[in-house]
Amino acid sequence: MSAPGPGVLRVLGRLLPLATGLGMILAWYGILFAMSPEQRFLLPAPHQVARAFVDEGPALWGAALNTGGGALLGFGAAVALSFLLALVLSLSPLVRASFYPYLMILQMTPIIVVAPILVLWVGPGLKSVTIITFLICFFPMVVNTTQGLISTDRNLVDLFRMYKAKKWQEVFLLRVPAALPYFFTGLRIAGTLAPIGAIVGDFYAGNSAGGQGGLGFLAIIYSSRFQMGALFATAAVSCLLGFIFVAGVIALSWLALHKWHDSFSHTEN
Amino acid sequence: MRPEAAPPIVELRDVDKRFGDGPLILDKVGFAAERGDFITLIGPSGCGKSTILRLISGLIPVSAGRIVVDGMDPSSATERLAFVFQEPTLLPWLNVSLNVGVPLRLHGTGAATRSEIVGKSLALVRLADRMDYYPRQLSGGQKMRVSIARALSISPRILLLDEPFGALDEITRNHLNEELLAIRQQLAWTAFFVTHSVAEAVFLSNRILVMSANPGRLHAELRVDLPYPRTEETRESPAYQKLVGEVSRILRSVEHLKA
Repeated sequence: MSAPGPGVLRVLGRLLPLATGLGMILAWYGILFAMSPEQRFLLPAPHQVARAFVDEGPALWGAALNTGGGALLGFGAAVALSFLLALVLSLSPLVRASFYPYLMILQMTPIIVVAPILVLWVGPGLKSVTIITFLICFFPMVVNTTQGLISTDRNLVDLFRMYKAKKWQEVFLLRVPAALPYFFTGLRIAGTLAPIGAIVGDFYAGNSAGGQGGLGFLAIIYSSRFQMGALFATAAVSCLLGFIFVAGVIALSWLALHKWHDSFSHTEN
Repeated sequence: MRPEAAPPIVELRDVDKRFGDGPLILDKVGFAAERGDFITLIGPSGCGKSTILRLISGLIPVSAGRIVVDGMDPSSATERLAFVFQEPTLLPWLNVSLNVGVPLRLHGTGAATRSEIVGKSLALVRLADRMDYYPRQLSGGQKMRVSIARALSISPRILLLDEPFGALDEITRNHLNEELLAIRQQLAWTAFFVTHSVAEAVFLSNRILVMSANPGRLHAELRVDLPYPRTEETRESPAYQKLVGEVSRILRSVEHLKA
């Protein structure tokens, strides 16, 4: 064969992304050089961002922890409550028809408008951030899980009826496991939304009191002081938080599905 | 009327079926199955043969007439009755042995008894070495055998098979036909089998009911007097081939009725 062997391809697969990253950093410096000196404060150099990581480290990681905590709480609450609501909604089309319009209202109301209301109700800080994250994650979870619970293969339902399954057996031994792929689709969407939701929440309803602010709050502080390096570092940490959430969700869905579901079929056979 | 000692295990009397306000699916269908009968229902698409199985199983009610299963109404008799669907209908998230154990689990059978019965059922379909496999790791024929093992796990008195081998290639289908009959030698159940294949119908059954469509009616009944156990040689015997020809002829005349 004239094509490169699998070993070569694997090494290339590792090296190319690294090379792309290096190229982008070089391009970054290139852009800086092209800018006029009085514009340069707008774009921090990569080494300045790295510097900000060191200087602002404690503030950044503390804020990341606060935001991550709010994101996790809101996400967890959304998962638990959406599952319960989905069980109720799966009971009948009538129940769904009576709930869906209000769920839509919940989803359509912009968080920017909801945030000040929450601040007035529960005060700024973790509570508000958690509720905002919850509101953002809840809808995709409910819709996907409900869809999963009502999409059970007709034949499998017949099989269960045939063997006189009780209603709870039909729900927990059949409908819930069959809905898992849908549930995890919702979880992936909610998992990407949760850290964003928590940061947005923190931006509008964060607590400014010492040490309680999150990444959204830090972004406000740094931008008001024109600390561009620190602002970019905040963006990088936010991005990292998002990756952690997505990785966690993917790990969970792998644990639950890889043995039987076709979405992981490349792992066996 | 011929005199009978034992009452029939399944009896349909003037059964009508329509869904909602829809057209009549079954029109005054009546027949009785003796214990140990292997009855095949064959006929054009839409003649209601699958509907008959669902009625016997109690999954759906009759519109008129009566069905008696083992002296009871179908809906109360289901525990001694097992269904093999057109598709394997396995739960993809359970491995083979857990899949076979589903009916027992639904009936509340304990774990120890369950695993013993599951082992026996899987041995019957020669899949004892595939216990830990997941459905997606099995071939179409293996999945169908798991489905059959699951049906056998409740020691059914009546086995309803709705075109179970329709999606398989002919060689696999022939194999499974022979296996099904071999299992039947060990466990005596009464079988109701739906198929589109004349060859399969003649090979398996002692009685063939040919149906016509629109509405579904019983058109003719044939007795297949080939001795059991039936094997590959049976398929080559002149008596078998004559019967295949005969059933095909009746089926063709039924198709003409429709047109």
